[in-house]
Amino acid sequence: MTLQLIVTLLVFAPLAGALIVGLFGRRLGDTPSMAITTGLLFFACALAWTTFAHLIWGGGPSHFTVEIAPFINVGAFQSDWSIRVDTLSAVMLVVVTSVSALVHLYSWGYMADDPGRPRFFAYLSLFTFAMLALVTASDFMQLFFGWEGVGLASYLLIGFWYHKPSANAASIKAFVVNRVGDAGFALGIMTCFWAFGTIRFAEIFTQVAGHVPNTWRFAGRDWPLVDLACCLLFIGAMGKSAQFFLHTWLPDAMEGPTPVSALIHAATMVTAGVYMVCLLSPMFEYAPVAREVVTVVGAVTALFAATVGLAQNDIKRVVAYSTCSQLGYMFFAAGVGAYPAAMFHLFTHAFFKALLFLGAGAVIHAVHHEQDMRKMGGLWKHLPITYAVMVIGTISITGVGIPGLDLGFSGFYSKDAIIDAAFIAGRTNGISDFAFFAGLIAAGLTSFYSWRLIFMTFHGHAKWGHASSHDAHGDNHAKDHGHGGDPHEAPWPMRGPLLLLAFGAIAAGGLFTELFVGPERMAFWRGAIFTLPGNHILDSVKSLPPVVVWAPLVVTALGFVGAWYAYILKEGMGARIAERRGFLWSFLYHKWFFDELYHLVFVRGARGLGDLFWKGGDKALIDGLGPDGVSAVSYAFGRFTGRLQTGYVYHYAFVMLLGIAGLLSFALWAFR
Amino acid sequence: MTGILSLTTYAPLIGVAAILLLRLVGKGDEARAALAARWIALATTLATFALSILLVMSFDRTQSGFQFTEDAVWFSGLHYHMGVDGISVLFLLLTAFLMPICILASWKSIETRVIEYMIAFLVLESLVIGVFCALDLLVFYLFFEAQLIPMFLIIGIWGGKNRIYAAFKFFLYTLLGSVLMLAAVLAMISIAHTASIPELMRYHFAPGVQVWLWLAFFASFAVKMPMWPVHTWLPDAHVEAPTAGSVILAGILIKMGGYGFMRFSLPMFPIASHQFAPLIYALSAIAIVYTSLVAFRQTDMKKLIAYSSVAHMGFVTMGIFSGTLQGEQGALFQMLSHGVISGALFLCVGVVYDRMHTREIAFYGGVVNRMPIYAAVFMLFTMGNVGLPGTSGFVGEILTLTGTYGASTWTAIIASSGVILSAVYALTLYRRIVFGELTNPALATIGDMGGREMLVFAPLILATLVLGFQPGLVFSFTNASTVHLVDAFRAATGK
Repeated sequence: MTLQLIVTLLVFAPLAGALIVGLFGRRLGDTPSMAITTGLLFFACALAWTTFAHLIWGGGPSHFTVEIAPFINVGAFQSDWSIRVDTLSAVMLVVVTSVSALVHLYSWGYMADDPGRPRFFAYLSLFTFAMLALVTASDFMQLFFGWEGVGLASYLLIGFWYHKPSANAASIKAFVVNRVGDAGFALGIMTCFWAFGTIRFAEIFTQVAGHVPNTWRFAGRDWPLVDLACCLLFIGAMGKSAQFFLHTWLPDAMEGPTPVSALIHAATMVTAGVYMVCLLSPMFEYAPVAREVVTVVGAVTALFAATVGLAQNDIKRVVAYSTCSQLGYMFFAAGVGAYPAAMFHLFTHAFFKALLFLGAGAVIHAVHHEQDMRKMGGLWKHLPITYAVMVIGTISITGVGIPGLDLGFSGFYSKDAIIDAAFIAGRTNGISDFAFFAGLIAAGLTSFYSWRLIFMTFHGHAKWGHASSHDAHGDNHAKDHGHGGDPHEAPWPMRGPLLLLAFGAIAAGGLFTELFVGPERMAFWRGAIFTLPGNHILDSVKSLPPVVVWAPLVVTALGFVGAWYAYILKEGMGARIAERRGFLWSFLYHKWFFDELYHLVFVRGARGLGDLFWKGGDKALIDGLGPDGVSAVSYAFGRFTGRLQTGYVYHYAFVMLLGIAGLLSFALWAFR
Repeated sequence: MTGILSLTTYAPLIGVAAILLLRLVGKGDEARAALAARWIALATTLATFALSILLVMSFDRTQSGFQFTEDAVWFSGLHYHMGVDGISVLFLLLTAFLMPICILASWKSIETRVIEYMIAFLVLESLVIGVFCALDLLVFYLFFEAQLIPMFLIIGIWGGKNRIYAAFKFFLYTLLGSVLMLAAVLAMISIAHTASIPELMRYHFAPGVQVWLWLAFFASFAVKMPMWPVHTWLPDAHVEAPTAGSVILAGILIKMGGYGFMRFSLPMFPIASHQFAPLIYALSAIAIVYTSLVAFRQTDMKKLIAYSSVAHMGFVTMGIFSGTLQGEQGALFQMLSHGVISGALFLCVGVVYDRMHTREIAFYGGVVNRMPIYAAVFMLFTMGNVGLPGTSGFVGEILTLTGTYGASTWTAIIASSGVILSAVYALTLYRRIVFGELTNPALATIGDMGGREMLVFAPLILATLVLGFQPGLVFSFTNASTVHLVDAFRAATGK
C-alpha cells in the first residue's frame, strides 16, 4: 500500500463507522454497532502509527498531500478537500486515533447500560473524522470545516444525555462560546485572503516574510498586517482551547459522558488551538506582538485555571481545570517560540490527561455516578488498579523526574522543556519572564490540586454511604448496574485502556524527548515547524542555571506536601476552610465569577436587547408608524369623510393614493 | 431549445387547465375531485421540475450572457422577451424543485378548498418562473406584481387566525414598493427608449438619474428581501401562512429582492449602487444583529425562523453591494441555500404543527423521545441554519462575509457576530422543542415522521449536504455571469 492510500483509509475509516452506525445503528443492534466503530478506529490507529513511522524513519519526502476533491472555489478564494501529512499532522494523527480507539474500547464498559449506545459510538467516530480532517487540512476552509465539525461533535456529545437540562445548557454554551472564537477565526481567514490573495497555507507561508512591514486597515485603524492576522486567528484558538475569557464552556462540558471528556475535552479537540498556532508558525514567527499576546493569554490561563482547580469538589471539574491550565502551558510555549515543546506537551498530555479522565470515569462508575469528591474517600482498597493508574497519571502531570539524570515520567520532559524555554526567552523579553514565573507557580498549584484529588478520592475516611443518592444526577446509569454495595473495579474493556495509557504516561516522554525537543528534532520535524534563524531557544536549554532546572521539582514537592498536610495529616482541613466561605475561597470556588459576569452582561444583555428590539422596535416603532399607523390614520380619515365604510378596498385605495403622489412628485422632478 | 423557457413558465398552467376540466366533467364527489387535484398538481410540478432540469443541463456554463432567449413583439412596441443567465437559471431550478415538495407537504394538511389551493400554487409557480425569465422590464413588472395575488390568496384563505391582518400587511408593504418601482420603470423606458433588460444593462444612466431610479427599485426590493426596517410584514405573513406558503415565501419569493438587486440595481445603476453601498451595509449589519436578537426572544416557532430569515438575508444584501466576486457568488449561493434550508425548517415546524396544531415553543419539549427521526432531520437543518461547514448554509455565509470584508471591514466585523447569534437562537429553539423530558401529556402519543414526510425531506437533506460539500456545482453555473457583473460594476465605478 502506498502512503497516500494509507492516510486516505485512515481519515475515512472513522467516517465510514460514523455513517454506518449513525444511519443503521438501530437496525444493526448495539454490539455490532460498537464493534464496527471500534474496529475501524483500531484499524485507523494502526494506519496512523504506520504513517508516523514511515514519515519519520522511512526516508521518503517530508510531507505529501492527497487531493480528494475541490471545495469552495470562487475567484482567488480556492480551497480543496485534501489530506496533507507532515510530521506535525502525523503526530496529531497518532494522538487522535490512539486516544480515540482506546476511548471507543473504554466506552464498551462505561456505557454498558446506556440505551443510546449506537448513537454514542457514531458521534465518537464522527468526532474523530472531523478531527482528522482538521489536522490534515492544507487550506483554511478545510481547517475551518474540521474546526467547526469537532465543535458539532462536542455539542452532540456534551448534550448526549438530552433529558438532563444541565447537559443541554452546557452543550449550547460550548457551541456558542466556540462560535465567539470562530467569528474571530473567520475574520483572521478573511484578513489572510485579502492580504495574501489566497487561503492555502503553502501559498500564504511563502509570502509572509515579504508582508512584515505592511500595515492593514481594519476596523478603522492601521495595524501591522501579520500581527493582526495572527491575533484574529488566535481568537479562534482561544475558543477551541478554552483559554482565558473563552474558557467558561470547558468545565461545563463535563456534563457529557466521561469518555467524551477524555477524548474531546482533554486529549484532542481542545488541543486544536495549539496545533493551529504550531501549524501557522511560519506566520507567528513574523508576528512578535501576536506571540506576546499568545504568551500572556497562555500564562494567565495556566495560572488562573490552576487556582480555580484548588477549590473544586467535582472530580471531573478538577481535571477539566487542570486541562485548561495545561493548555495554557502549551500556548505560552508556542508564544515564546518553542513550538516543538508545545507539541511535545500536547503529545504527553494526551496520554496522562486521558488517563486521569478515564480513571476518574472508573471512580465515578464505581461509586454509582457520584462525582463529588467530598462523598468519596478511602477508595484505594476497593479500586487498586484505578488507584495505581491515577497515581501514575498524577505523577506524570505534576512532572516528577530527576533533572540531573534526565529521567522521569512523561510530563516531566515536556513541562520542564516549556518552563526552561520560557526562562530562556525571558532573558530578552519581560513577557516571557512573566510566563516563566506563572508556569512555575502553576506547577506548584497543579501538584497541590492533583494530589488533593487523589487524597480526597482514594484516601482518608470513606464517605460513600450505601444510601448515596443514586438518581441525584439523573442520568441513565441511575438505574444502577444491579449490584449495589461496595465500589467495584471497572470491567476489562475499561481497565485495558487505562493500563495502556498508564504506560504512555510513564514512558511517552522519555521515549520521544530526543525526537520532539532534543538534538534529533530537526530530522524529526523536517520543516513542519518553522522557526526564524535567530530562534535558538531549544538549543540553549542545556546551559541553564541549576536553580531553574530544579525549581519545578521543588515547587511540585511543595504542592504535594501541602496537599498531604491539608487532606491527609489534618484531614478535614479543606472542608473547614470551605465552610468559612472566606473571600479567597469564594473567589476560587466561583471560578473568579466569570460565569456570573458573563450571564449578567451577555445572557441578560441579549435577552434585554432582544425584547427591546422586538417590542420597542418592531412592534411599537416600526409597525406603529408603519402599517398599523397607516391603517389607523386611514380609518380615522374614513370616518371623517364618512363616505366609505371601513374595508380593505379602502386601504388599498389609500396606498394607491400615496403611490400616485410619489409618482407625480417623481414626474415633476424628472421632467421639470 | 428555443421555447423551452416559455414551456417551463406556462407548464403549471396546463395543470390548472386539467384541474378545471376535471372539475367541469366530474361534478359531484368533492373528495375525489380534491384527490385528483392533488395528483394533477404533483404531476404538473414534477413535469415542470423535469423541464427545468433539462434546461439546466443544456445551459452553457461558459457564457455570461442570456440563453434560450425568446423575443417577440407583443403589441404596440411591447416585447415579450425571455431568457436566463447564470444569475437567474438556478432560481428557476430552485422554484421548480421546491414546488413538488410544497404540494406533497400540503397533501394532508390542506383539507378545505383543495382545488383552489392547488390552482393557486400552480399559478404562483408559473408567475414566479416568469419573474426569473423575463427580459423585458414591463413583462418583469407584470410577473413581479402578479405573483403577489396568488400568495395574497394563499395567506388570506388558507392562513391562520390573523390571516387578514397578515395578508393586508404583506400587501401594503409590497404594494408600496411596487408603486415606486412602477414609476421608475416608466421613467427608465421614457429615458432609454427601450424596455429590454439586456439593452438597459448596457445603457448608461446619468449619475443623478441613477440615484432616483436606484431608490425606487430599492424601495421595492428592500421590502421584498426584506431588509430592516421594512421587515415586519414577513414574520406575520409566515405565522399566518400555511406551511407550504411559508416554504415558498421564504424559499423563493423573498429571493426576488436579491435577484432584483443583482439584475437591476447593480448593473443598471452602478454609480448609485456604489454611493448607497454604505447605507446597505448599515441596514444589513443592523438586520443581522437586530433580528437575530429578536429571533432569540420569540415564543412562536415560525416567527423565530422568519426573523432568522431576515438576518440571513442581511448577509445577501451586504454581499451583493460589496461588488466583489466572493460577495456576489456568496449572495447567490446564500439565497439558493437559504431557499432549501429555511424551506426545510418551515416544513419541520409543519410536521409538529400538523400533529398538535400549535406553534407555541413552550408547548413542546422532549419530542426526541417520541420522534427520533424528526429530531435528526431537524438537527441537520438547524445546523444548516447556523451555517455549519459541511452544510450549504456555511458556504454562502463565509463568502458573503469575505466579500464584504473586502469592501468594509466594519460591516464584516459586525456581521460576523451573526454567526454567534444564529447559534444562540437556533440551538435554543432546537433544545426547547426536541430535547429534555417529555412533560406535556398531550405529546405522549405524538408519532414520528411517516413515509410521505420523509419523501418530502429527502431531497432537501440531499441538497443541503451535497451543496455543502460540493458548492462548485452552483458556482460552475453562476461564475461566468457574476464575473461579468463584477467586471462591469468595477468598470462603471472606476474601482
